Amino acid sequence: MTTPVTTDTALSIQNLTVSYHNQPVLWDINLDIPTGVMAGIVGPNGAGKSTLIKSLLGLVPSLSGEVLVHGRAYASQRKRVGYVPQRSSVDWDFPTTALDVVTMGLYGRLGWFRRPGRKERLESLEALEMVGMSAYADRQISQLSGGQQQRVFLARALVQQADVYFLDEPMAGVDATTERVIIDILRRLRDAGKTLIVVHHDLQTVRNYFDWLLLLNVRVIASGKAEDVFNIDHLRQAYGGQIALLNDSDSLMFATSQVK
Amino acid sequence: MQWLDLLSDYTFQNVVIGASLLGLISGPLGCFAVLRRQSLLGDAISHAALPGVCLSFIITGSRDISGVIIGSLVTGSLAALTMLLLTRKSRLKTDAALGICLSIFFAIGIVLLTYIQSTNNASQGGLEAFLFGQAAATLRSDLWIMGGITLVTLTLLAVFWKQAKLVTFDTQYARTLGMPTTAIEAVLTCMVALAVVVGLQMVGVILMAAMIVAPAAAARQWSRHLGGMLVIAAGIGIVSGVSGATISTLSRGLATGPLVVLSATTIVLISLALAPGRGLLWGTIKHYRQKEALQKQQLLYALYKHPLASKHYRATFGARWVLGKLKRQGYLVRSTDGGSGWRLTSRGEKAAKQVVATFEEVAT
Repeated sequence: MTTPVTTDTALSIQNLTVSYHNQPVLWDINLDIPTGVMAGIVGPNGAGKSTLIKSLLGLVPSLSGEVLVHGRAYASQRKRVGYVPQRSSVDWDFPTTALDVVTMGLYGRLGWFRRPGRKERLESLEALEMVGMSAYADRQISQLSGGQQQRVFLARALVQQADVYFLDEPMAGVDATTERVIIDILRRLRDAGKTLIVVHHDLQTVRNYFDWLLLLNVRVIASGKAEDVFNIDHLRQAYGGQIALLNDSDSLMFATSQVK
Repeated sequence: MQWLDLLSDYTFQNVVIGASLLGLISGPLGCFAVLRRQSLLGDAISHAALPGVCLSFIITGSRDISGVIIGSLVTGSLAALTMLLLTRKSRLKTDAALGICLSIFFAIGIVLLTYIQSTNNASQGGLEAFLFGQAAATLRSDLWIMGGITLVTLTLLAVFWKQAKLVTFDTQYARTLGMPTTAIEAVLTCMVALAVVVGLQMVGVILMAAMIVAPAAAARQWSRHLGGMLVIAAGIGIVSGVSGATISTLSRGLATGPLVVLSATTIVLISLALAPGRGLLWGTIKHYRQKEALQKQQLLYALYKHPLASKHYRATFGARWVLGKLKRQGYLVRSTDGGSGWRLTSRGEKAAKQVVATFEEVAT
């Protein structure tokens, strides 16, 4: 395999501003995320975490800003970017199977007219195997549990064999097994040199999961290595009064989580 | 002999072929509309076809089908795209945007229609037939045009199958793969307009929405894959078209379009009730089966754990029913020696032990 890495910066954002109905959602975001890290995007509700990912991917129009993936404009690097949207973004009553959803991840590579064949089927089965869902390949997606649906979405991104992955709250509302499976796969991907950018909402597990952090609340509050960013001053800036509860004892906030 | 006469009847042939073509195109396209939660889009498009029909008459001065098709296609697509634009760019929700588009375009259509009627043009006769359709007036040449549209549309759908499927399931993800999602969505919407155009002559602008929604809704009940859903929807469309046309011809004088729509909705009702897995009936049966199984287990558990409990309880109807059933199955016998008035047989005791074991396992 060739290593197409051209720079050490996996994702570079300059001067990104997004507004929705005249309300700034993201203001003047400047950010560089190095290659091969598991980066968490953390912030209170309405901080623009999901919007950040969506605007990077061109799903939400931005007022200004430039996004570089591995040193080149995102539009020319689509094949190197994988996306795991929020589970609730689609209608799971759609008539199709888990395997078929995973195969959709290959549609970009197949181009306009080629249809998925045997090779694509095997690749998709392999991805389902990775997320521990191979037994459910032919199951209707409406019959999967929330955690299983999330794993199917992850498998769909895995078949893309991207270098940079964006995940929008992959741990939201999933069971412990799924959270464990997801975090294991993400760590494996990171160890293979991929970059993972994850919107996350659970402060308890932040220190445990991520080695790089972006604290966001419309603006960038802090970004960098997790141990530098994740401290009480930054959190208070990002969350305002909402952090007061955690404030009394640092031990509660930094409590080690079950998943190691 | 009567059937042979019927089959060789020129008008009947035309009507049946036309209704089948309508089912063939509106079923598959309706699937996409329904899955994209735009079931009523077909309604807006078909109502918006009326001003197109009238405009084409004003311009060409005749009821020529190609003029009608182009006119209704233009105004129908215009209404649909206006609606998409309104929901995207303004704060209007889909239902409100749809209501606005539908009523404005239809109102313009009615105004134009009455204007044409007021001019007393001799060739305008029957223009209002497009409101409810006039299947009997279908000509062989109309069928060729309807067939051509159907063929082109279904071919397009087959070629761009992947794109249509992914955009329908997950538009945003499709966009991250580099698909021109807005264009694909617009094409899917305009295809619904094509289906409407095919149906104008048969069922008319007002009832056309049913032909978009009904076959798709029924097909969803029976299918596990998108491809299967499309095929089933096309089949249901054709069946309702043919049966509607046949009933109409046999009954002499009942309107074809409404009968086609009624056939389709009958199939919908049957599908909603009976389809395996998704049907209402199956859900109800499953619920009562589970309820009975649980009551059975609870009774066995209670009789096993508390054999000497007082008989001074008031058994509900459901409990008595289950007790009777357990007795018939040989788990229980009536007994007079104190307790609840019931005694477990050896078979019942065995079953009860199993129940107790599983209950306690669940508890720990």
